[in-house]
Amino acid sequence: MSEHIEVRRTAKLFIGGAFPRSESGRTYEVKSPEGKFIANAAQGSRKDARDAVTAARAIQPKWAGATAYNRGQILYRIAEMMEGRRAQFIDEVSPWAKSAKKAEAEVDEAIDRWIWFAGWSDKIAMVVGSSNPVAGPFFNFSVPEPTGVVAAIAPNRPSLLGLVDTIAPIIVSGNTTVVIASQDAPMAAVTLGEVLATSDLPGGVINILTGSYVEVAPWLASHMDVNAIDLSGVDDEKIAAELEKASAENLKRCLRPGTELDGLTRIKNWLELKTVWHPRGF
Amino acid sequence: MGLTTQAPSQTFSDETRTNASLTKFLHGLPGVDQVGADERAAMLSTRSIKTSAKAEGIDLAISMIDLTTLEGMDTAGKIKTLCAKAMRPDPFDPTTPSVAAVCVYGDKVAQAKSYLTGSSIQVAAVATAFPSGRASRAVKLLDTSDAVAQGADEIDMVIDRGAFLEGRYMDVFEEIQAIKVACKSAHLKVIFETGELRTYDNVRRASWLAMIAGADFIKTSTGKVSPAATLPVTLVMLQAIRDFHNAGQRKIGMKPAGGIRTAKDALRYLVLVKETLGDAWLTPDLFRLGASSVLNDLLMQRKRLQTGAYSGPDYVTVD
Repeated sequence: MSEHIEVRRTAKLFIGGAFPRSESGRTYEVKSPEGKFIANAAQGSRKDARDAVTAARAIQPKWAGATAYNRGQILYRIAEMMEGRRAQFIDEVSPWAKSAKKAEAEVDEAIDRWIWFAGWSDKIAMVVGSSNPVAGPFFNFSVPEPTGVVAAIAPNRPSLLGLVDTIAPIIVSGNTTVVIASQDAPMAAVTLGEVLATSDLPGGVINILTGSYVEVAPWLASHMDVNAIDLSGVDDEKIAAELEKASAENLKRCLRPGTELDGLTRIKNWLELKTVWHPRGF
Repeated sequence: MGLTTQAPSQTFSDETRTNASLTKFLHGLPGVDQVGADERAAMLSTRSIKTSAKAEGIDLAISMIDLTTLEGMDTAGKIKTLCAKAMRPDPFDPTTPSVAAVCVYGDKVAQAKSYLTGSSIQVAAVATAFPSGRASRAVKLLDTSDAVAQGADEIDMVIDRGAFLEGRYMDVFEEIQAIKVACKSAHLKVIFETGELRTYDNVRRASWLAMIAGADFIKTSTGKVSPAATLPVTLVMLQAIRDFHNAGQRKIGMKPAGGIRTAKDALRYLVLVKETLGDAWLTPDLFRLGASSVLNDLLMQRKRLQTGAYSGPDYVTVD
């Protein structure tokens, strides 16, 4: 047997269920906090963001149209695949974790939360929806519906847990998303893309871009075919204000950075309530 | 849109005397280098287009569209909305050019005409037992003259692909001639359905056959067969048009149709025309895009260039 030569992974974007390099051809160096080289990651461009929105829009009706049960099963499946890659995830978040124990804890927490959000897929309508008393011969219902395509900037740290907290509540109700992963620590997000690709999740429901949100986010904020934007990961007040302003053009739902949210509210952020008046007859 | 049909300076009377002589002529045309044609089309489609040129190209492409609806379920309402869109593709922006023509089935011509009153938009009708072309000559002629009588400005005919593939070129030739007569002053576009012709050599032969027989435009496809228009097929037809013109003949128009969905596709076709035939053909009189969905993408790209933000399908019509 000849000596095995290590086959290195090329860190790519995850768009429409495929793993393209950035159309710009650019990459950037990912380094540990101590300055040690870790990998070259794809540096996403505005055109990658554009393609990602197109993919997210194309699949959104199908994803929202799947039964809540089916969406839940797929989300559970994602957690199963994450569990299988547990060691890899720990390895990838550890340069930024204070200790090996903390890295392990972050990954376990990320998987647990994914499971927690998965459980909500067929329960959210019961909690958020209602049948309303009205002064007339009508059945009156309010039912939650997904907002549509949600752009998101995931927090820089914790890179995996922050990403899970951002995207799981978006997609569980039938939204699709384009997310910009942690710029400093994108490797766990790249691996999560590989997990998603093997989890029966339709291509385009989650699109993961790596690179600089400062460069890409303005294109998502001003994009007329994006319905909502999560600015949780924006760590610069001035940029956050600009993004919020740009997102107002088509009245995007906008989540400001620094908003403390419980899990259920995270899901409710990306829902619209539709109220139906149904004649009761005789 | 005054495309005048000039008398050919050379009549091809020897070549078109018998089926044998026509076959000899068509098969004597130089063969198409398939790999070369594919490569040239692919190379031209990678050409980068700068922003100001793109803005002009988008407006030019819009003005060249034959906005088309050819469905069994076409209603008067559908024709009306199509015509409204043809005249004002973007109701919020009056600087948007109108399209070149609307293309409908023969029985919808009068309706389209009435909705387009006062505009310079042409009405094109598909005729000759479109899309298969499987009917007797008499039916095809009646189909054509009926559309013309209703006021069609342009006739899109299909050739008899069966006869062409059997080598009965003379039948195809005479049929085009007969339809041309039935068109009277209406312009004749001849559809080859290149997806059924199998080889680029056949596409070149069909192009010459139609041009000699009196076509004003040659058109790739009906849009009902896949593959429809492709860049290499369009290149082969554009080269035939160029060679025909270089031989001292008329300027023939070109219309790729079907499968053109994005603004990027449309611009690639314009690059192909510019590189093969030059600026003289970059006019709706000599180049058309047979499509409907591409218009929305062109409008979205136009918006993107104007506002600097990506637009979306919520801001264009649902067709």
